[in-house]
Amino acid sequence: MKSVKIIKISAGNFSFWYGAMKALSGISMDIYENAVTGIIGPSGCGKSTFLRSINRMNDLIRGSRADGAMLLDGKNIFEPDVDVVELRRRVGMVFQRSNPFPKTIFDNVAYGLRVNGIKDRNYIAAKVEKSLKDAALWGEVKDRLRQNAFELSGGQQQRLCIARALAVEPEVLLMDEPASALDPTATLKVEELIHELKKKYAIIIVTHNMQQAARISDYTAFFMMGELVEYDQTTKIFTNPSKKITEEYITGRFG
Amino acid sequence: MIKRMKEKIIHGLFFLNGLLVIAALLGIFLLLIVTALPAFKEIRLSEFLFTAVWDPTSYARPSYGILAMLAGTLLVTCGALLIAVPIGIGTAAYLAEVASPRVREIAKPVVEVLAGIPSVVIGFLGIVLVGPFVARIFHTSNGLNALNGSVLLAIMALPTIISLSEDALNAVPVSFCEASLALGASRWQTVILVKIPAALSGIIASCMLGMGRAIGETMTVLMATGCAQAMPHSFIDPVRTLTATIAIELGEVAYGSTHYYALFAVGLALFIITFMVNLASDVILHKYQNVVK
Amino acid sequence: MKAKQAEEIIGFLLLRLCMAVIVVILCVIFYDSITKGIGSVSWEFLTAMPKNGMTEGGIFPAITGTFLVTVITAVLAIPLGMGCAIYLNEYAADTMVTRLIRLSIRNLSGVPSIVYGLFGVVLFVQFMRFGTCLLSAGCTLGLMTLPWTITASEEALKNVPKAYREGALALGATKWQSIRTNVLPYAVPGMLTGTILGLARAAGETAPILFTGAAFFMPFLPESLFSQFMALPYHLYIMSTQHHAITKVRPLAYGTALVLIVLVFAMNFSAVVIRYHLRKVKKE
Repeated sequence: MKSVKIIKISAGNFSFWYGAMKALSGISMDIYENAVTGIIGPSGCGKSTFLRSINRMNDLIRGSRADGAMLLDGKNIFEPDVDVVELRRRVGMVFQRSNPFPKTIFDNVAYGLRVNGIKDRNYIAAKVEKSLKDAALWGEVKDRLRQNAFELSGGQQQRLCIARALAVEPEVLLMDEPASALDPTATLKVEELIHELKKKYAIIIVTHNMQQAARISDYTAFFMMGELVEYDQTTKIFTNPSKKITEEYITGRFG
Repeated sequence: MIKRMKEKIIHGLFFLNGLLVIAALLGIFLLLIVTALPAFKEIRLSEFLFTAVWDPTSYARPSYGILAMLAGTLLVTCGALLIAVPIGIGTAAYLAEVASPRVREIAKPVVEVLAGIPSVVIGFLGIVLVGPFVARIFHTSNGLNALNGSVLLAIMALPTIISLSEDALNAVPVSFCEASLALGASRWQTVILVKIPAALSGIIASCMLGMGRAIGETMTVLMATGCAQAMPHSFIDPVRTLTATIAIELGEVAYGSTHYYALFAVGLALFIITFMVNLASDVILHKYQNVVK
Repeated sequence: MKAKQAEEIIGFLLLRLCMAVIVVILCVIFYDSITKGIGSVSWEFLTAMPKNGMTEGGIFPAITGTFLVTVITAVLAIPLGMGCAIYLNEYAADTMVTRLIRLSIRNLSGVPSIVYGLFGVVLFVQFMRFGTCLLSAGCTLGLMTLPWTITASEEALKNVPKAYREGALALGATKWQSIRTNVLPYAVPGMLTGTILGLARAAGETAPILFTGAAFFMPFLPESLFSQFMALPYHLYIMSTQHHAITKVRPLAYGTALVLIVLVFAMNFSAVVIRYHLRKVKKE
């Protein structure tokens, strides 16, 4: 963190609408390479919307509209010539509820490779192993790769979804409350994993859990009612926030 | 870039597939009009609609009036609805309110099975079963008349009415019924005074769809109503419906004759009638959905 | 209080009676066609050609004809129905055109079967010059089955969780890739169930094939798509109303009715079995 900070993503006066409802207004913030950026805020504050804007997952919702800039490596991803499919390969996502496909463990991880046109079996096998290792799941599943993914526990399923996202070699990893449906032990494992993963990726994580944000993120952004209230280093936000409302939120007075 | 093009093409193909459905409906309508139109070079529209004699093969003067058939269709359909609506709603209410889950597991397939019986089989049973029965009661020669047709059409319309009415009854919010029961109403009173009125538009829509099915049904009425060419006066008169006329005569008519075109005009009339009935059912159902929202 | 209870008992009794009527109707239909039809059904009846002006022999060509025409119907209705369902459920935005498509589907399913027959005569028999044959009849039935296939297929697509689609897209799959690899495999069994139910109805239909290809009497099998054919429902119609010795062939008519009922039910039953297995798999 003390070395040179590389900006990976930069939102510039970014706004987002669902039909007539404005979900985000004028967000400007820089997100750094090799760091975990936590996004906190009360329900409906727009944090998930912001996250889902970075890989344009919100495009799937009818009547949605974006304004302003969202730069990935300096290129606005909302420009018409951007290939959304390629963007989503570069920006991986892990969902709130683990959503493995009803396929084998192996096929789940290989899915992203196959849809991206990779046919070499040896390469796929090696990549699946590496991704599962990176997701700290290899030891638990290496003997049952041909089993259905639904036979895994909740925590394992979520790590499988992370492995699945890693397999396509993304540059950014978006996580939408990845541990909210997990028990404390499984949560701890996922958090350790996130700590490992930031060596290679820019990670953005939305969380409801204040302690979790304090534990794992290097930077923290506090959203409220579609606006970015405060964004700074995590230590600063949690010890000495510059706005009163941030302090009230992190000390649990509302939300 | 190739990937993107491919996606666009696939999207386009599916869109065309969707448009095909509109084309099919429009196609049916337009082809009927185009083929029916030449008939009106020789037949006046007023004669076609408002006279009762249909005698296209007469040497002296062929006549093309659909009024008697229209009356036949309406008579048989009304008779069918008189039978099917009360029984249908009653069965739907039974399934939704009275039947235990286990009984329902068996009863619902019974209704589905009834819906699956081919119309020609129902018509056949109309000749061999219902016919003699009707003949014995009303002392007619063979029992092939409007009443017979109504009974059979009722059987054909029942599954539609039952399953859609049951859906409508089940869609009534539980809170309505709880409120009624909490005020001291019996379950029967709740069904009659709260549930059925709340589901009424859905039930009416289901009856309209059943009616549409009855109007358009061909084989049963062709086989069981006696197919007489005259204005019916009562339920024990043999009648001939719009559908039966087409089925009987199209096979024997020369392509391109006025008679041929006139049969398509009958088809067009049939299409328009069923279209209106189905559309009305649709409108009623949508109004109801908006109210619930 | 007493009056209220009595009213409820009588009221519910009436409802039970309605259900009883339905059960009785079905039982009568089955009892009559089985008791009177079973005597005519034999191996010969199922596998022989009709003889002596259809007063003797079997119904083999009618069974074959119904089978063949249903296959043509399936070939036409399944891909087009599934395609339209995929468009509506996966691609279509809520536009005027989409609403028009849905309106058309609802109205197509209400068009009388004899009107489909008229349409088939003009379009397939005459305009496309297929003549009265298997192909014309199959196309007509296929068109008639289309709205049912679409509705059933869309239902099956709706049952596939949204998460499968999102998960695939988030990994860089294109829309079609996500549908092909992560939606269709789980929707196809459900689609088939609904489609088989629709095909069973088509197999039992008579009116649409009356003038598009069904033959009165043809003691040999159709040779090509452009041959006429005998069909079970049409054969039953003829045996019960058009035959010169109606009372004499009545047992054969009963036998035909029974075979037709069994055929339609075998199709319905297989659909139900698929559905049952589907539910079981889903629960696991």
